Amino acid sequence: MPSDLSLTGAAPAPLRRLLPGQNARRLALLALLLAVSAAPYMTLGSRGNWGFVLPFRGAKLAALVLVGMAVSTSTVLFQTITRNRILTPSIMGFDALYVMILTGAVYLLGGHGVMRLPPTGIFVVNAGLLVLASLALFGTLLGRAGHDLMRMVLTGIIFGTLFRSLTSFLQRMIDPNEFAVIQVGSYARFTQIDTDLLAISAVVLLAAMAAAWAMRHRLDVIALGHDAAINLGEDPRRGQIQALVLIAVMVSVSTALVGPVAFLGLLVVSLARLITPTPYHGVLLPSAGLTAGIVLVGGQTLMERVLALSTPLPVIIDLAGGLVFLILLLKGLRR
Amino acid sequence: MIRIENVSFAHGAAPVLHDISLDIPRGGITALVGANGAGKSTLLSLIARLAPLQGGRIVVDDLEVGACRSDELARKLAILPQTADAAPRLTVRELVGFGRYPYHKGRPGRDDHAKVEAAIAAFELGALADRPLDTLSGGQRQRAQVAMTYAQDTDYVLLDEPLNNLDIAGSRALMQLLQHLAREHGRTIVVVLHDLNYASAYADHLVTMRAGRIAEAGHPTEVVTADMLRDTFGTEAGVHHVNGAPVVLV
Ligand SMILES: Nc1ncnc2c1ncn2[C@@H]1O[C@H](COP(=O)(O)OP(=O)(O)OP(=O)(O)O)[C@@H](O)[C@H]1O
Ligand SMILES: [Mg+2]
Repeated sequence: MPSDLSLTGAAPAPLRRLLPGQNARRLALLALLLAVSAAPYMTLGSRGNWGFVLPFRGAKLAALVLVGMAVSTSTVLFQTITRNRILTPSIMGFDALYVMILTGAVYLLGGHGVMRLPPTGIFVVNAGLLVLASLALFGTLLGRAGHDLMRMVLTGIIFGTLFRSLTSFLQRMIDPNEFAVIQVGSYARFTQIDTDLLAISAVVLLAAMAAAWAMRHRLDVIALGHDAAINLGEDPRRGQIQALVLIAVMVSVSTALVGPVAFLGLLVVSLARLITPTPYHGVLLPSAGLTAGIVLVGGQTLMERVLALSTPLPVIIDLAGGLVFLILLLKGLRR
Repeated sequence: MIRIENVSFAHGAAPVLHDISLDIPRGGITALVGANGAGKSTLLSLIARLAPLQGGRIVVDDLEVGACRSDELARKLAILPQTADAAPRLTVRELVGFGRYPYHKGRPGRDDHAKVEAAIAAFELGALADRPLDTLSGGQRQRAQVAMTYAQDTDYVLLDEPLNNLDIAGSRALMQLLQHLAREHGRTIVVVLHDLNYASAYADHLVTMRAGRIAEAGHPTEVVTADMLRDTFGTEAGVHHVNGAPVVLV
């Protein structure tokens, strides 16, 4: 029971919410920023043939934006159904699981066997397996440990380490010649994006994002917790399972395109919560998606075009995101 | 009417409710009292489908709990659980606003905004309306939670120890408001109380629970006796009568 000696006369706390309309204005500003960072990405430092440069860079730009939306949306969904602001699918080992499934396929079928399959087919099967595996692993975890932050963090560390160790174990058993087939490495790469999968990724991702958008009001209610959600007529269990499926699909898309992203999701969603403080997913989802696009496209423009790639962008993102993780964790544990 | 038929419930292997049957009449305030651990919160959470029924049947008017649509029940019955920990970062107005969700499903209309403002006014939360819940005192937060339940505007309202953290003015104001809702608007209020004096002063029916069973039910003047205090609560306390109403000496 909280002690209650100050029913009246408490000092007024600073307003943490924005005025009506202010969130909308900030969303528009974010969209503008994204456009501003996309223009130099498309044009800066190119010599000669525009007919070649624009489609080439356009595909990469589209891939970066898709990855940003997939990572941010899956992170928001995950944080809502687990009711915390620290854990993300990456931290819980979702993308490590995807890499493990892919490596397992190469191990079983052989690199040439996998090469002969169409990349789209591999992607669809992989994504399907990830959905099933994450439902089995995390579906049971959600109901029980949902409120115990420490337990979730430890589970995530154990899962992530387990998947990564199994992956490297499998990789060691794979013929070195076939090893090259595993396109998804153990770190993110934003410069050489696998644009083969761009079309299918875009279709799958847009469908998943539409589903997440359709859930936005239900997510607002599920974020209130089990009892409050049921009282308002929503079934939290059903929403959690649906969100988990969407998360697995979106993680598949981003991992297939650029590899594991580690702390990107945490960084952009934490930023979005600062930029547009709101309990409503109708604002948070677009805000996080735009923020992710800006961080990826703007960061890549800086790295690739302006600074001529002295440090890879993922290193910077993970540094910043890792710092956010530590700060949030320390704050969360102190509370 | 809420009709509870042969309801049993166990937490794991430990039985908590034993074959409970009880009719809670329509209209009026029904107070549910009993020792800690008697099963009051468990019974309330079963009525409000927060936990699935394991045995027996509960019907609210024509809606069978567990079988009817959950959002339909959300427009007929609201519950405030004993430990409501809804997102601490919400402001009071946002929290109260969620009480309207069963009606607008995320798209509040003018009527919804009006009902939210009415709830905020009814619980004197105007000055706190834009404050996040985690900056409020325990009693202020409790008032905000009750205001959300009020905004849900249902025929049946279940409140689990709503007087927690409230001072005497807040407690009396809440009980008077509940009485007004019951008398003037025909609402059915089921409220778990620990203070028997509040129960005798405001309840139309008093139900006592003892170790997972219903012990007594009736008007407070019949139920609140020194014998009941000994049997149900295991404490020897005197009962006096003031203007005909029983008062427990503490
Ligand atoms: N999650 C749980 N797991 C196991 N046992 C539980 C759980 N919740 C409640 N119980 C047990 O069920 C019994 C009834 O609990 P309940 O919360 O319904 O009591 P109550 O009458 O509301 O008590 P109080 O006045 O203290 O709120 C208690 O013996 C309690 O220990
Ligand atoms: Mg209780």
